Amino acid sequence: MNRQESIAAERRRKTVLSVVLAAICIIYVLPVLTVVINSFKLNTFVKTDTFAIPTGEMWAGFTNFIKGMTFGNYPFWNSVKYSALITVLSTALILLFTSMAAWYIARVNSFFCKLVYYLCVFSMVVPFQMVMFTLSKTADSLHLNTPWTIPIVYLGFGAGLAIFMFVGFVKSIPLEIEEAASIDGCGPVRTYFSVVFPMLKPTMISVGILEIMWVWNDFLLPYLVLDINEYRTIPIHIQYLKGSYGTVDLGATMALILLSIIPVIIFYLICQKYIIKGVAAGAVKG
Amino acid sequence: MKKSVFKDPMRRWGWFFLGPVTAAFIIGFVWPFVQGIYLSFCKFKLITRTTWVGFENYAKALSDASFMHSFWYTALFAITSLVFINVLGFAAAYALTQGIKGSNLFRTVFFMPNLIGGIVLGYIWSMIFDGILSRYGTSILLETKYGFWGLIILMCWQQIGYMMIIYIAGLQSVPEDMLEAARIDGATKTQTLFRVTIPNVMPSITICTFLSLTNGFKLFDQNLALTGGQPFIIQPDGSTIKTTEMLALNIYNTFYGSNSASQGVAQAKAVLFFILVAGLGLLQLAYTRRREVQA
Repeated sequence: MNRQESIAAERRRKTVLSVVLAAICIIYVLPVLTVVINSFKLNTFVKTDTFAIPTGEMWAGFTNFIKGMTFGNYPFWNSVKYSALITVLSTALILLFTSMAAWYIARVNSFFCKLVYYLCVFSMVVPFQMVMFTLSKTADSLHLNTPWTIPIVYLGFGAGLAIFMFVGFVKSIPLEIEEAASIDGCGPVRTYFSVVFPMLKPTMISVGILEIMWVWNDFLLPYLVLDINEYRTIPIHIQYLKGSYGTVDLGATMALILLSIIPVIIFYLICQKYIIKGVAAGAVKG
Repeated sequence: MKKSVFKDPMRRWGWFFLGPVTAAFIIGFVWPFVQGIYLSFCKFKLITRTTWVGFENYAKALSDASFMHSFWYTALFAITSLVFINVLGFAAAYALTQGIKGSNLFRTVFFMPNLIGGIVLGYIWSMIFDGILSRYGTSILLETKYGFWGLIILMCWQQIGYMMIIYIAGLQSVPEDMLEAARIDGATKTQTLFRVTIPNVMPSITICTFLSLTNGFKLFDQNLALTGGQPFIIQPDGSTIKTTEMLALNIYNTFYGSNSASQGVAQAKAVLFFILVAGLGLLQLAYTRRREVQA
């Protein structure tokens, strides 16, 4: 009897908890919903009736989206293109080169390897403001200021976490597999690409996710390095709209914000499992 | 490292494996870092023409009222956000590991804001806060306390889900037999939580407090987009203090503000900022590691 009562109490407790969490969930998505409703609202009503559903005279249809496409004298589509280009190139470069370096560091362990490794670990605690001025000057003088070359800067500044994670993983792979490959006549390059590289897949996914999230949303680095009149990533474009005009068309800004978070949310819903795993793995930094 | 059959041929390929990363790392980190330290001791308008001034830039940075203000403001913000984010993040993780229905959905929703960039987050919330505050005839840009708590709310919304993920991983690794033993010994839920669960998730608490503290100190995008430092106060000597400006934004404004002669001072501020962030991280790590051993 007593036991049954306690089971019933436990069940009640869980139901209450579910209801509370569901309520918090709704509050959690409200900011995004606010963006959605305001992207269909005429600019003058965004400030006065922020939380109203756009009906009647407030309804702007898709004019905000159409206006947003060329808003601020810069085609929004270009921002999307450059953001995607920089993110894909940077992530690919980082995954390829840091995993190669990490394998070498973990296996050879010479003085130079240790030096590179500890400098990488050190770079993880250095805030960007420490190097932003000199880095943007260096990147400028080496012509790394275009969307096609800025990935090299990302490779350099973002190497720390990636090397750290790859080295940790490589050390857990038994050496015997690689030794077997080498006895069978594989040189180091072939051993790496046909034996080690496929084994790194789980860490590749984790590192890749973290780098994609970082580069796609990064504002200050591309803002300081790229030529802003020609190349704007999405965060730069949105900052520019707010920063450079006295009165901003809030409706059109919200339309662009909505367009910029839709791909992110789709990406999240598709790769959710990997994203959450990657974040948990990357949390070791520091 | 034991001697292996493939180590020697591997060394000959060192340039191939290490070369690209090393080159990019020197361009993207090592050289800017070293040059940054050097420039913090110099006066310059062009990076190619510098005059050594010793510690003058550091003295100027430390006597800059706006810098000191942003330091205290940032410290207060970092500590406040650390407490809120970790307590709520832990609570969320604890609730989601009770085996209730819909846990996965809740987890998905709570983590979602992490994928939205800082600039975009800032503008979303500035619209929301102004939507609320305009009913009372004010704005987030008009009062320091609105800017402060606004940023706390924004950061909670963004980071609780992140910390929750780390706490869930920690909570799931608490040995089941330990919880079972506590139950059999007649421990209440609260006793189990504080005497068994929390000591066992100390490693996660280390990571999360460390992350949220340094995140708080390094915050830039959200600060820039939400208030940009407003409201401003004009000092009696004519200088301005941006009351909601945090350290990173203060350094940025010193570099790229109207006074191009102050870039040396800005670099000195950046070095101080680096020492602070790196030092805090190490200190906190050492402290919580000690707690872990005791627990």
